[in-house]
Amino acid sequence: MRDRSTFLLLALGFGFAFLYLPILLVILYSFNESRLVTLWGGFSLRWYAELFRSRDVLDAALLSLRIAAVSATGATVLGTLAGYALARMGPFRGRLLFTAMISAPLVVPEVITGLSLLLLFVSLDAAIGWPSTRGATTIAIGHVTFSTAYVAVIVRSRLVGMDVSLEEAAMDLGGRPLRVLFDVTLPVISPAIVSAWLLAFTLSIDDLVISSFVSGPGATTLPMLIFSKVRLGVTPDVNALATLVIALVAIGVVIAGFVLRRRAAAAERV
Amino acid sequence: MPRNRVRRPTWQRIGLLLPYAWLLLFFLAPFLIVLKISFADPVVAQPPFTPLFDPTRPEGARFYATLDNYRFVLGDRVYLLTYLNSTALAAMSTLLCLLLGYPMAYGIARARPATRHTLLLLVILPFWTSFLLRVYAWMGLLGTHGTLNRVLLWAGAIDRPLEILYTDTAVFLGMVYSYLPFMILPLYANLVRLEQDHLDAAADLGARPARVFLDVTLPLSLPGVVAGCLLVLIPAMGEFVIPALLGGSDSLMIGRVVYDEFFLNRDWPVAAAVAVLLLLLLVGPIALFQRTQAREEGE
Amino acid sequence: MSHGPPAAAPWLDPAAVPFVRIEGLTKRFGEFVAVDAVDLAIYKGELFSILGASGCGKTTLLRMLAGLERPSAGRIWIDGVEVSGLPPYERPVNMMFQSYALFPHMTVEQNVAYGLRKEGVPSAEVKQRVAEMLALVRLTPHARAKPAQISGGQSQRVALARALIKRPKVLLLDEPLAALDKKLREHTQFELANVQDRLGVTFIVVTHDQEEAMTLSTRIAVMDAGRFVQIGTPGEIYENPNSRFVADFVGNINLLDGVVESCAGGEAVVRCDELATRVVVRHEGALPVGAAVCVALRPEKILIHKEPPADGGPGVRGVVFDLAYFGNLSLYRVRTPGGKIVEVSAQNRRREARRHLEWDDEVHLSWDKGSALLLER
Repeated sequence: MRDRSTFLLLALGFGFAFLYLPILLVILYSFNESRLVTLWGGFSLRWYAELFRSRDVLDAALLSLRIAAVSATGATVLGTLAGYALARMGPFRGRLLFTAMISAPLVVPEVITGLSLLLLFVSLDAAIGWPSTRGATTIAIGHVTFSTAYVAVIVRSRLVGMDVSLEEAAMDLGGRPLRVLFDVTLPVISPAIVSAWLLAFTLSIDDLVISSFVSGPGATTLPMLIFSKVRLGVTPDVNALATLVIALVAIGVVIAGFVLRRRAAAAERV
Repeated sequence: MPRNRVRRPTWQRIGLLLPYAWLLLFFLAPFLIVLKISFADPVVAQPPFTPLFDPTRPEGARFYATLDNYRFVLGDRVYLLTYLNSTALAAMSTLLCLLLGYPMAYGIARARPATRHTLLLLVILPFWTSFLLRVYAWMGLLGTHGTLNRVLLWAGAIDRPLEILYTDTAVFLGMVYSYLPFMILPLYANLVRLEQDHLDAAADLGARPARVFLDVTLPLSLPGVVAGCLLVLIPAMGEFVIPALLGGSDSLMIGRVVYDEFFLNRDWPVAAAVAVLLLLLLVGPIALFQRTQAREEGE
Repeated sequence: MSHGPPAAAPWLDPAAVPFVRIEGLTKRFGEFVAVDAVDLAIYKGELFSILGASGCGKTTLLRMLAGLERPSAGRIWIDGVEVSGLPPYERPVNMMFQSYALFPHMTVEQNVAYGLRKEGVPSAEVKQRVAEMLALVRLTPHARAKPAQISGGQSQRVALARALIKRPKVLLLDEPLAALDKKLREHTQFELANVQDRLGVTFIVVTHDQEEAMTLSTRIAVMDAGRFVQIGTPGEIYENPNSRFVADFVGNINLLDGVVESCAGGEAVVRCDELATRVVVRHEGALPVGAAVCVALRPEKILIHKEPPADGGPGVRGVVFDLAYFGNLSLYRVRTPGGKIVEVSAQNRRREARRHLEWDDEVHLSWDKGSALLLER
């Protein structure tokens, strides 16, 4: 290893410190007794207790989870179909438009998608009377719309990397194309589909902008609640919430890594 | 699939139609509606804008479209400054993400497979935790009574707290912080495919490490660089959350303007016009992004 | 290893009905013609090889037989039934893929059982037939393993078992030995021939390896640029190539340019300037005087001596330009006075540590007049 590696190590070190320092500070302050967030007043769990007592936090969290589960599933179904179409169906009429609509949500700013969705719902309401109230359903629709793009990209790239002769062999052995899809294609790409679902779930549970635009009275998601609290400044109970979220995600990622590694090891055992 | 089968089975047609119809209705149509509303006048009514086609109006005046909103936005210096500022801030954030992210991605790609895995996980972990909460974390760091100021004061480096929070600098830091994983991941995906053999061959032919980087690594990693930059630049230009939490009243960011125009001023047609103009600004980069995606597809 | 022909050479019998018949089969990809109107008749029980370099169209042809590629023109019959428009899942044909294409999420057992399940065979029968087939290819202990856990050679046997269990009329094999190392390749050649013999299935093999084709096949079709150049038994292809291309493609050969001086009584006299001598070649048929020909002579047919040939026949003088020692044989490259390099291979019949021919030795080459043949220039 040459001199350059010190530069790389420094870059990596600085980069990771940059990424993690704010998070670590939040975790630290979540245990701060004092209400003045940055003035250390002793170790305490009171903010966690307050969090669990808080009705609106729990309601918002539940709503976010419900919407996330529904929209992740919807996005996974639509996105898998879209990814399959792009990877396996060759040229078809309107393919260019389809591809554009699949990749655009990845980059178009959320304020634009949120705004446009709201205007759609308002116009639809004026024209056909639905949706008369905006809330969980409209939020879910919005989330499905942008998550589908992410799922499609993941599924498409997995399919493109997959050995086509697997599907050909299945057909050669007597499987009709729809059967082959369920017997071979979907099982082989199932890890990608699962990770796509997880991604869609995360995107939904984390979304603020689109939810803000298309939501209605009584439907406050967790990010919306947090945002209204922190607009005015740092608050201690949000620190506790943040720590909980980080802990949950970290545990989830570690478990996932563990499961994957066990699966890989099992596959190698002769 | 027999590659030139002309008839497509029904289930494939339905399978394609479902996502297609959904996206047409909930992604494309909304943009067209935004366009339509940008040509309307605000009214005190539900919905708060004039319709494009009103059969109740007299013949000849049934269609109503106005350029007033565009004239208003384009004629206002503040709006123009906001577009400029957003672009500049997004561009600078992209540059800094690149400068920091490239060596990080390179370092991870060059690491041993076992370490590589852990490092990647460490990069992705913040990405999976709440974006909002991570931006919020910076509020605590940069405030007048925040950790940064406390440390600097205690160390004697400054004698008055720095005003960072609620300035453009805070927004800038927040953007780099939030978008860094979006730069690292596509760069990594590209760099990890770089064959060590190519680099060794270059070295064997007499190239010094710096030359190897300039002549071999950099050109080959260019697609990753382009993808990463676009993945940061485009959404950053319309970013809302970061300027809303970390920026001040004089931090002019177009995403925030759209939001405020919509929810605070309740002027939907103007908000629509601002959004359309932003989209026009982004059409070029978005098309470029789709071209790079298509090239990936062709591989 | 090329066990005897199924019946005494059915391709020579005008009354025999071909089991696989191809007529005018063509495949175009845009402007490029991959397969150019080929005709072919293959008989039941044959192990037929299609031999050619990569890009010659042989894999495309195989895929059209399997139904994975739609022909641009032409028809295919199998056992008297036209299959040209049928999708792969409706043809009595199965394929063994070059990459084996084992389903990674299914066990060896489940892989082998897949085809039978698609046929709707009852479970009990499936179990029994799978067990039999696994025993045939000696994979019973690995029945519950996943493809990632077995070796390359074992994977191939699974692929073979999976295809054969459906008792297809024809088995298509795409470069079956390409992924195997040398020792395993020889072993597998035996196995394939064995299995084919026992089950009596017609095999069609596509390969670029002429050794593979020669050892396995009843007949070989040499393919180039979408067309068949020659079809025949391995012996015919090797000893009676019909063109420079086939002669050069299969095995090593010396191609010496010459001009016909006379041709009568089953013999032609050809003046070879490259050898600086005249050679007599046995040749049926007539050739005009002055015709430009190519004398084709395989290296193993040439005798190489330090002394001039005893019978005073058409020896050719030369100097050993290069040699390679393989243990069982030696390969010599001899430069003739005409400047041509002639390749000679000689078995090392005597056990001697010191070679009896060295670089720059003067040697005499001789061969039987039936050993060479004349080809168009």
